[in-house]
Amino acid sequence: MIGRSPRPPLRPSGGRPKTPPLWIGCSMLVLLAVPAILAPWITPYAPGQQNLSATLLPPSRGHWLGTDQLGRDLLTRILYAARTDLSVMVLAQIIPVCTGVFLGMVAGYFGRGIDAAVTLFTDTVIAFPFYLTVIIVAFLSGSGQRGIYVTFALVGWVVYARVVRGLSATFRQQDWIAAARTLGYPDLRILLRHLLPNVLPQAIVVLMTDMAALLVAIVTLGYLGIGIMPPTPDWGTMIADGRPFLSTKWWLSALPGLAVVYTGIALSLIGDGLADRIRRT
Amino acid sequence: MTKESKRRAARKGGPSPIFIWLRRSLARTIAVVAAVVVAVFFLIRLVPGDAAKMILGEYATDSDIQAMRTRLGLDFPPRDQFLRFLLQVLTSGDTGKSLVYGVSARELIFRRAPLTLLLVGLAAVLAIVAALFLALLAATHKDGPLDHMIRVLPAISLSMPVFWIGLLLILVFSVKLRIFPVGGVKEGLGGLLHGLALPAITVALSQVPSLVRSLRVQILEVLDSDFVVTLRAAGLPSRRILFRHVLRSSAIPAVMLLGVNLAYLMGGTMVIEQVFGLKGIGTLLFAAISNRDLPLIQGIALYCALAVVLVGLLTDVGAGLLDPRTRAKP
Amino acid sequence: MSGPASIDVEGLELSARSGRKLVTDVGFRTYPGETLGLVGESGSGKSLTLRAILGLLPPGVIQTGGRVERRGRCAMVFQDPVRALPPLSPVAALLTEVVRCNRQSTREAARREAMELLASLGLPDSLRREDRYPHELSGGQCQRVVIALALARRPDVLLCDEPTTALDVTVQKQILGVLERLQRELGFGMILVTHNLAVAASLCPRLAVLKEGRVVEHGTTATLLRNPSHPYLRMLIRSVLPLPRLEGGRHP
Repeated sequence: MIGRSPRPPLRPSGGRPKTPPLWIGCSMLVLLAVPAILAPWITPYAPGQQNLSATLLPPSRGHWLGTDQLGRDLLTRILYAARTDLSVMVLAQIIPVCTGVFLGMVAGYFGRGIDAAVTLFTDTVIAFPFYLTVIIVAFLSGSGQRGIYVTFALVGWVVYARVVRGLSATFRQQDWIAAARTLGYPDLRILLRHLLPNVLPQAIVVLMTDMAALLVAIVTLGYLGIGIMPPTPDWGTMIADGRPFLSTKWWLSALPGLAVVYTGIALSLIGDGLADRIRRT
Repeated sequence: MTKESKRRAARKGGPSPIFIWLRRSLARTIAVVAAVVVAVFFLIRLVPGDAAKMILGEYATDSDIQAMRTRLGLDFPPRDQFLRFLLQVLTSGDTGKSLVYGVSARELIFRRAPLTLLLVGLAAVLAIVAALFLALLAATHKDGPLDHMIRVLPAISLSMPVFWIGLLLILVFSVKLRIFPVGGVKEGLGGLLHGLALPAITVALSQVPSLVRSLRVQILEVLDSDFVVTLRAAGLPSRRILFRHVLRSSAIPAVMLLGVNLAYLMGGTMVIEQVFGLKGIGTLLFAAISNRDLPLIQGIALYCALAVVLVGLLTDVGAGLLDPRTRAKP
Repeated sequence: MSGPASIDVEGLELSARSGRKLVTDVGFRTYPGETLGLVGESGSGKSLTLRAILGLLPPGVIQTGGRVERRGRCAMVFQDPVRALPPLSPVAALLTEVVRCNRQSTREAARREAMELLASLGLPDSLRREDRYPHELSGGQCQRVVIALALARRPDVLLCDEPTTALDVTVQKQILGVLERLQRELGFGMILVTHNLAVAASLCPRLAVLKEGRVVEHGTTATLLRNPSHPYLRMLIRSVLPLPRLEGGRHP
């Protein structure tokens, strides 16, 4: 176990496991995204189509996943919610990634005062529990999709700033940056053309796992009633809708959650796969 | 200078390294606290348009709005507003009177705090114990099937919304198996712990994956260290080495890790309070939100952030003190 | 040479996980009470050989050939004494624990034996009163503790991996002196690994020279030094700086 001679190897050369997380992750995502995108054309029902005489039905041939308390087809709603949630998830990341990467580069590259200021900034944001901030800010800036975008613009950049700052600070010590500086390149150019391309791959890996966390936050806000508002379908509100029927029709809450987990795993795998790729170059 | 003489010199003179580093930690903490107070103040500015109007709703009259503005102190010039706010926070630790309950926000928060703190504490302990156990298991069976399984866990659980986990656990343990109550707490210490068990487990579950990920790496590092070989060569049985020495070396970083993760723990707790119907700060927050009780919201934000910062400082200092290496003898 | 060999290594081959051979066809024998020196520069595979004898190869290294036979108990003394000790354990308590695990004795008996060991290694009596952590001890003191830990096993062979390299020059002499004295008193065999030919020559009647994972010379010290056949050994001998002849000073 510890400090003991390992057993003889199973393979002559220790190869790495052959599972390709990148491909699995991507295919999982595609498997969800394609029906979601095509939803308006392939679903026989509309997401808001109520049928009050067919409420709370278990899975059947007409309704593959059953119906909810208003007789709406569950599968359709899950697919439409995928459209909403996934698109919000992607869009909400744009500003945080840009600001985070920018602040991180600047802090790591220039160091000193700017670094101290940015670090103070990040430490302050981190001091507030993530969900506390998300809830308060989402509410204060007006709930719904707009609230979500504002919230993550304010809070979501921290992860990127930290990672990029660390990378930038390390790169700054290295020869190729020093070379660029001695050649007299202006700082901005170095930042954009030299530092940025080298920082970006790692940032993208973080992006994948962060998006999974973002999705969870969006869904949580929906559950609490301060996120995406009905009638727009959202996995969070669907879970909340199913809460009163938890003991009998538990799949109403379970299935949308499963969809979230599925997406999260797919994103995680993609992130891991990308990380492996980067490490190998 | 050889390593040997360097050590000798370091042991002789200079200010105790522990004080330098304490000073620095403290200074950094104070800066963050100041920034937190400023941030809380600016929370109101987030509201698009007039804060008073948002609180009172669409059908408020102009005089109502004006009255609310006065109540919130919004009719002072911005700089005075900030000074008044600062004064209030520094003297009475308060962000204002709750608009709904009429009592100071601080009082409301302190009244509800014990339950939340208890829940956070329980969850923290459960999380650390479970994470240490799993991480040890994974590290000692490195690259085996057990290790792979444990490593896959974080990817799955990190995508699970904590409230969803809570609902599932309620379904299994409260509804089907009837071991735990569906929500709320009963009388007495036993009732309290019984009611908090499932929520604490839920919150702990949400933190365990990321803790295991970091702990596993740390434990692997410890397992590779020289002293483990020494102990093994000295004839100590594996189990003893593992539990007495490796665990001891890993416990401190584990506690530090928890301190860092506290913010997430707290946030998760607040959401879970809502799922389980517990009367803690989380549900207070939601009530404040539906009532649009701005001073109360600000107070909750302030105290939560301060708690996180304080715990961060404590774990920093505590870990440093516990590690005999930083304790310099006079 | 009396009786069967305590350590018998033959054709030892160690490889990294990638397949690269780290030690090839290494073989030697030591007999009870005997000291063998393993000399070579860093990377020559001497430390790994010791680890193989002990049966505790580092992660990523596997024994892919040859055999190692031990007749009797082995214990090891390590290169970096401070890092070799668990940083969170006070040393006397640690020694007591090791004695207890090796002897299955009571705590009091173990503690008494531990204190005796510490005394026999020249560690100050103050340790008896106030236990100390490794980082509070000097390098030389730590190394004495490591030797104590090894001796607690009552080994038949003591494996020493560059026991003095991390120490100051004056302390080096002390430690070597301690090892010599203890060997005389307790009669264990020793395999001393070092890159310092002078140290090996002064302590070990027999030497094996390793270069890049292979044994290039093997025999009694006196013979090897007088007639070095392998160019590597010759180079090592030459690189030992002779002490300058001082006026009226003693000849080295």
